[in-house]
Amino acid sequence: MRLLTHNMLSCNIKGVTNGFPLRIEAEKVVEKQLEINHDFLRNIFPKIDWKAFSDASRIMGYHELPEEPPEPSVLESDAEFLGKFHHALLELHLEEGALICPETGRKFPVSKGIPNMLLLEDEV
Amino acid sequence: MSSRPELQAPPEIFYDDSEARKYTSSSRIAEIQAKLSERALELLALPDDGVPRLLLDIGCGSGLSGETITENGHQWIGLDISPSMLNVALQNEVEGDLLLGDMGQGLGLRPGVIDGAISISAVQWLCNADKSSHEPRLRLKAFFGSLYRCLARGARAVLQVYPENLAQRELILSYAMRAGFAGGVVVDFPHSTKRRKEYLVLTCGPPSLSTAVPGGKGEDGESCSDDESSGDEENQTVSISDRHRPRKKQKINKKGKDRGWVLKKKEQMRRKGNVVPPDTKYTARKRKARF
Repeated sequence: MRLLTHNMLSCNIKGVTNGFPLRIEAEKVVEKQLEINHDFLRNIFPKIDWKAFSDASRIMGYHELPEEPPEPSVLESDAEFLGKFHHALLELHLEEGALICPETGRKFPVSKGIPNMLLLEDEV
Repeated sequence: MSSRPELQAPPEIFYDDSEARKYTSSSRIAEIQAKLSERALELLALPDDGVPRLLLDIGCGSGLSGETITENGHQWIGLDISPSMLNVALQNEVEGDLLLGDMGQGLGLRPGVIDGAISISAVQWLCNADKSSHEPRLRLKAFFGSLYRCLARGARAVLQVYPENLAQRELILSYAMRAGFAGGVVVDFPHSTKRRKEYLVLTCGPPSLSTAVPGGKGEDGESCSDDESSGDEENQTVSISDRHRPRKKQKINKKGKDRGWVLKKKEQMRRKGNVVPPDTKYTARKRKARF
């Protein structure tokens, strides 16, 4: 699972009002090369919750991203920043570990890169 | 046994390892899936500016539909309930991210982040109650409600479905409308039993000109959602003069199958999507006397 998906996921348990962001427990992180596409990065940037994203990248062991959300103008000019953004967003994969709901502490295990988001009957 | 997989077992059990393997070995399944996803993407009508979007694939299975999305240059997140199918997707090394989840429990996604959603042959599974805790109406409501929330405003969702009957289609569509979607059903090849495919084309937001539903393939300009009622109008009206005609005279008129009859049948077959030879001067020509 990439951080792109992590940034979109929230906890879906009944009664949870603030199920975002899910805390990451990283056991194994892998990197897979992907061709950079500036248009996609510019398109997705406004939808990214920056704090959750930069925190998650640190847990995954990548410390290059700034903590404060950068100005959107950076996306036009700064190729170096785009490279880092791309790497953290699309090339880091959480292979083994877990996602933890910030409100209830419910653990969603991640195995072989697939988070198990199935809920139990009493959580629906 | 019924040929509908929905009636045989719940999806996470029906799509076991052996069923999932079919999706890698059968080129026929792969071809059909690719065609369906191609058409679904076409109906999604993403702006043609070359910018990759973030799409959602609901019931992605082994990632056949996701591969079509990747070929079109978009990023995607896939959701499926069957671990076996997702394992196949892992073996195929698909580009998108995979989630193990149940669409009937709602999609756990942040609001307004997805640029479009497709689903190939999945949503009709929601109409079945496979566990005692399952209530199809609640599951449909949870699914469409969460889908509506996670889509960006103006984004589309194209769901290819195989409803079992009219009531099931009505049920799915009514819950989509209740969630706030605008749109309707597009039927490709409505006259054919085999090639007939139904797509729910839903738009996030109130109905407007831009949310008008596109027409289906192979239906001669008839509007798509009401094809049952408008079937063959000339057959519905009964001519009274015909009723009182003496029987003998009717028989005299039915003298063999002429060119008009053959042309009519060929047209019917063409509408079904069958391969039919073209109409020429030789079509239904009378044989010579020596035959």
